[in-house]
Amino acid sequence: MIGELGHFALALGCILALVQSVLPLVGAHRADARLMALAAPLAVAQLIAIGAAFAALLWAFAVNDTTISNVVLNSHSAKPLIYKFSGAWGNHEGSMVLWVFILALCGGAVAGFGRDLPSALQARVIGILGLIAAGFLGFIIFTSNPFERVWPPPMDGQGLNPLLQDPGLALHPPMLYLGYVGYAVTFAFAVAALLEGRVDAAWGRWVRPWSLAAWSFLTLGIALGSWWAYYELGWGGYWFWDPVENASLLPWLIGAALLHCAIVVEKRESLKIWTVLLAILAFGMSLLGTFLVRSGVLNSVHAFANDPARGVFILGLLMAYVAGALALFAWRAPRLGGTGIFAPISREGALVLNNLLLCSTTAVVLVGTLWPMFADILFGAKISVGAPFFNAATAPLAIPLVAAMAVGPLLAWKRADLAGALQRLWWVGLLAVAAAFLTLLIAGHHVWPALGFAAAAWLIAGAAADILDRIAAFRRPSQAWNRARGLPRAAWGGAIAHAGMGVTFAGLAGMGLATDALVELKPGQSTRLAGYEWRLESIRDVQGPNWSSRRATITVLADGQVVTVLTPEKRFFPVGRMNTTEAAIHTNALRDLYAVLGDERHGGGVVRLHHNPLSPWIWVGAGIMALGGGLSLSDRRIRVSAPSRKAAPAPA
Amino acid sequence: MSDAAFPKRPRRWMLYAPVGLAAAAGVGFYAMLQGLRDGSYNPRGVPSVLLGRPAPDFTLPALEGVDLPALTAEDLRGPLPGPVLVNFWASWCAPCIIEHPQLMRLSREGVAVYGVNYKDRMAEAGAFLKRHGNPYRRLGRDEPGRTAIDWGVYGVPETYLLDRQGMIRWRWAGPITTDTLESELRPLLRRFA
Repeated sequence: MIGELGHFALALGCILALVQSVLPLVGAHRADARLMALAAPLAVAQLIAIGAAFAALLWAFAVNDTTISNVVLNSHSAKPLIYKFSGAWGNHEGSMVLWVFILALCGGAVAGFGRDLPSALQARVIGILGLIAAGFLGFIIFTSNPFERVWPPPMDGQGLNPLLQDPGLALHPPMLYLGYVGYAVTFAFAVAALLEGRVDAAWGRWVRPWSLAAWSFLTLGIALGSWWAYYELGWGGYWFWDPVENASLLPWLIGAALLHCAIVVEKRESLKIWTVLLAILAFGMSLLGTFLVRSGVLNSVHAFANDPARGVFILGLLMAYVAGALALFAWRAPRLGGTGIFAPISREGALVLNNLLLCSTTAVVLVGTLWPMFADILFGAKISVGAPFFNAATAPLAIPLVAAMAVGPLLAWKRADLAGALQRLWWVGLLAVAAAFLTLLIAGHHVWPALGFAAAAWLIAGAAADILDRIAAFRRPSQAWNRARGLPRAAWGGAIAHAGMGVTFAGLAGMGLATDALVELKPGQSTRLAGYEWRLESIRDVQGPNWSSRRATITVLADGQVVTVLTPEKRFFPVGRMNTTEAAIHTNALRDLYAVLGDERHGGGVVRLHHNPLSPWIWVGAGIMALGGGLSLSDRRIRVSAPSRKAAPAPA
Repeated sequence: MSDAAFPKRPRRWMLYAPVGLAAAAGVGFYAMLQGLRDGSYNPRGVPSVLLGRPAPDFTLPALEGVDLPALTAEDLRGPLPGPVLVNFWASWCAPCIIEHPQLMRLSREGVAVYGVNYKDRMAEAGAFLKRHGNPYRRLGRDEPGRTAIDWGVYGVPETYLLDRQGMIRWRWAGPITTDTLESELRPLLRRFA
């Protein structure tokens, strides 16, 4: 019964989304206030319908309703409740329901908070969001029904892939989807602007918070996924340039370009065409990722189970939305010409450079990801592109990007003094050079880690220099405190996000100095790695709620003192007949001691031990970046309504 | 630079470039989906033309720093003492790490696993084996990727099974997971033992 209600709610939501996409758009076109006024209530109604469907799906998983095939395939009664919920979105059908639910939430937010928007713009944005929702609800209803029944019901479910039974991964999809779907809103604003034929500061003021929020969530989502790969897969790595990982990186890179560009639109009414294009592309990249992961066209360990019929449907949606929006862009963009002019050396110029570098990086990652597929279809050539290509191709773009990240915020709008900005950064540059030399001195001939630490010092100290400069700490120290309190939160947010990037770079550089060892130990034996003594105490059986495991106990000593006791495990999940490795990690924020249990033989076990300097900083840095984004979002200028503008003239 | 990159009046054709690229990509994706249906496109590899034939000729050098004999086609000519697996891998390939425990298990059970290290750096390949263990009885180094082309390798990891007469009997593109091992490979190993 609950399942049928959920299915019905999805169908109802689809109808509401269709109405929501037609009436407000027609209303905005005809300047009919009554039709435009329908936009917000329809968005809220659609949110209620989709919310009911999502709740029904969660309910089916919570009570382990084995008459629903999705529950049978992905859940099991002997599973902790949180993983019953995460099982609901850990599969293709359920994750699509989460996707449209978040989209409906965004629509509801534009309806609820958007009262200050010009009504035509609000109606158009909500209409476009309805159009997107209708397409994806149709996709769910026609190809991926999450409420499909099985009869007779089996005794119990088959369990969720044990690799996915993990707190980090329970939160990873919702964060990622908040990011992907957030770009649906900036996309809707871009299309609405093209329909209206105008982009102004008020538009920029609305697009910036949405792109900031989407980017912050995407940052957290990617970081959670990478963190999960680090501690759960037990390979000791954190990023593998897998096509599915790349698919999440593409909208992140474009999104970073977009949120910087939106600043220029808001403050200087310049770069408008470019910003609209980026908003379309950011959502396009999100959809491209959805298509790649769910259609079966690429070979990845992460891909969902696939069905070409679904692939054709998603490709249809991708083409309708993205190619449609780009065609509209080609037709209408010339109307959006910017008004603000600027010299090449200026804040705007620095942001243009940022955009060029971020977009070039996106292009490199995109080509590296898609080229093997296109080489196959075009020339029948079977090639694979791996980490060596991506590392070699992105590094030359990352270096100038990092260099510019500290300088850009010190430049003035319109026309700036580059020499002056560099002069104020002299101590930052000195720190960066010192960091590089210190790395070479301590760690020996490691060029990339040295560059990484230099980048970290440059970015973190550069962010500090930016704040010190804004509060005039050197020129008028007596007023610095008051000026610091008066500084807009967006300035703090930007500096913190840049510093977060620096923290991540320090983590990446630290991982470049990681050491590891694979040794066979018998209980009581020990080995040395990175100045620690690692002693295997025992390997014994342990029983968990839905798994049994072999657990090794390894004592780590430094100078005879016990530092920590690590207990890596190999778990066996009888329901899915699958093994997982549980790496044991001890961190003190400056380094991770990381142990993985391998095969057992001759009364002993093979253990892999890692010493990973600064590795937690990779994800802490991502958290700081997202925090900076959040702080910027809480800026007064965003909380207080954007200045109203006269109703936009109806497009010709 | 800003003036060049963002002219105030952009040339019209530049505005059409994004939609043109998107349409071209769409056509390509559609061709892939059609290929998936009729079997002409398969990201996990196509059935090898080498099935039922002996391995193509090749001579690969050994990997320096790893104490393993080199691999040549002569080592794969029948009669062989038992079935042989030829595994193409690289240290930069993440799925290779997934399949590695299965190779280790097979090698401990006495199955002859021969390795071809594909387009890899010597030091990193050695470090990979040191870190994850060595399942290979022989290991050839295919730095230019020439042998992989002759075999029709789609990408790493990829594995071939040869019977005792040295005929190629099975090809698997992608990692050998525990599932693949139990449901596909083990029955074949028993059949060709």
